[in-house]
Amino acid sequence: MTIYIPTPLRSYVGGKNAVEIEAGTIAAALAQLTEANPELRQHLFTGEGKVRAFVNLYLNDEDVRYLPAKEDTSVRATDTLSIIPSIAGGTAR
Amino acid sequence: MATPVESIPLPELTTDDLSRYSRHLILPEVGMEGQRKLKAARVLCVGTGGLGSPLAFYLAAAGVGTLGLVDFDVVDASNLQRQIIHSTKDIGRKKLDSAEEKLKALNPALNVVKHETMLTSANALEILGDYDIVADGTDNFPTRYLVNDACVLLGKPNVYGSIFRFEGQASVFATADGPCYRCLYPEPPPPGLVPSCAEGGVLGILPGLVGIMQATEVIKLILGKGNSLAGRLLLVDALEMKFRELKLRRNPDCPVCGTNPTLTELIDYQQFCGIVPETKEEKRLKNGIPQMTVKELKQRIDAGEDVQLIDVREPYEYQIAQIGGKLIPQNDVPQRLHEIDREREVVVHCRSGARSQKIAEFLKQAGYPNVANVAGGILAWADEIDPSVQKY
Ligand SMILES: [Zn+2]
Repeated sequence: MTIYIPTPLRSYVGGKNAVEIEAGTIAAALAQLTEANPELRQHLFTGEGKVRAFVNLYLNDEDVRYLPAKEDTSVRATDTLSIIPSIAGGTAR
Repeated sequence: MATPVESIPLPELTTDDLSRYSRHLILPEVGMEGQRKLKAARVLCVGTGGLGSPLAFYLAAAGVGTLGLVDFDVVDASNLQRQIIHSTKDIGRKKLDSAEEKLKALNPALNVVKHETMLTSANALEILGDYDIVADGTDNFPTRYLVNDACVLLGKPNVYGSIFRFEGQASVFATADGPCYRCLYPEPPPPGLVPSCAEGGVLGILPGLVGIMQATEVIKLILGKGNSLAGRLLLVDALEMKFRELKLRRNPDCPVCGTNPTLTELIDYQQFCGIVPETKEEKRLKNGIPQMTVKELKQRIDAGEDVQLIDVREPYEYQIAQIGGKLIPQNDVPQRLHEIDREREVVVHCRSGARSQKIAEFLKQAGYPNVANVAGGILAWADEIDPSVQKY
C-alpha cells in the first residue's frame, strides 16, 4: 500500500512524500513504517502506543476511526493511507 | 441548500450594481436574487494576512455587502510575499487600514467593519454574532479552536483554510448537520511539535490558492447553491499539484457539537493549547539552560568581554543578518565540536531562540559545563538593541 506522508513529517522519512509498504493491516503497515523510521514514532503515537489526537489516519478517503475494525482493517496493495496532522498556518506573520 | 443570510427583505440592486455584476446576473445560479443575497450578506474574515487577503478581495469584488475584518497587526516587509492586499507603501501601517483602503478602492459600495483586536473568549461571541458566515484565516491553534467553538455555539458556518509550506487544507465546519473542527481534531498538538509558518516557511502562492477556495465556499453558502465542502476535507499539495478529498463525519462524542456537549461556553484557549505564561524561574532557566537576554549579551560585549558566541543558523540566514557569532549550522554542530572551546562559556543563538535552545541542550549533554541560550535570538536583538539588524 501507499502511505502518504504530510509535509511536517517528511523530514523523518528522508524527505519522501509517499512510502510503499507491503502489509496485511493498517496497524502492521504503520509498525513497519515506524520501525524503518524510528524518529517518526513519537509524532504519530503516544507513549501508550495510541495514535495522537492531532493526527488523523485515512484509508483511501475514509477516517480510520470510523472503520469497524479501525487499525486492524485489512489492506490491499492498491489502498492508500493518508496521515493528516493538524496545521494552523494562515496569516503567517 | 439553505442560505445563512438572514436579511429579509433583500436589498434592491442599484443601476451601478446592475452593470458591475452583469456577469453574475446572467449566471442562472446567481441571477438577481443571488446578487441581492450577496449584497445582504455579512461575512467576517478573521485575519487579513495570507488567506484573508485573497479572500477579502474576491468577496469585495463579488458584491458581498458587509465585510468584517479582525486583525491587530501592522504590515511587515516579510508579509508582502503572499499578503497581496498590502503594498510596499503600507509597511508599518495597520493591516486593517491598508486592507480597507484596497477593498474600498475595488468596491466603494462595500461596507467594511474593522475590529482592531485579538479575538478572545471575552469578545468572540459578540463580534461573530453580527455576521452570517465566518472565514477563518488565522495562524495559530488557540484562535482556530476559539473560532470553531464560537461558530458552533452561535450556529454560524465556519469556512476553514490552513496552510503549511506547500500543503493546504480547506473545509466548511459548523453547518447545521456537518462536522466541526473539533470533530476532525479533538485536541491541538502540544506546543513546539508542529512548526508554524514563521518557522517552517510557506510558498507565497499557496495561501492565494486556499484563500480563494474559502472565498468560493463563502459565496456558495450565501447563494445556497452547489455542494459545499461541509463533510469533506480538501487537501492541496502545490508541489505535486494534486488535490485529494477525505470524508469528514460529525463525531457524536464531540465535546462541542456532539449529542451531549460538555462544552457550552467558551474556555481559555491558550491553556487548552498548552500555552502557559512563563514563570520568572522559566524565563531565567529553560530545561536547565540559562536564558541570556540580548541586553545582557550586549552589556558583556560592551564591557570588552570576549564572549564565545555560536550562531547555529543556516548560511543563507547568516547572509541576511548576523550579530557577530561564529557560524556553525545546527546540523554541523555534532561534527564540529572541536571548534567550540569546552573550557569557556558557550553562548548559542539563532533567529528566535528555539533552535539554539535545542543545540544548547545538546552541548550540555555532550559535556559542555557552561552553556547559555540567547533568548529571542536575532529578532530580539533587532527589536531591543540594534534596529538596523535585518529581521526576516
Ligand atoms: Zn464537532
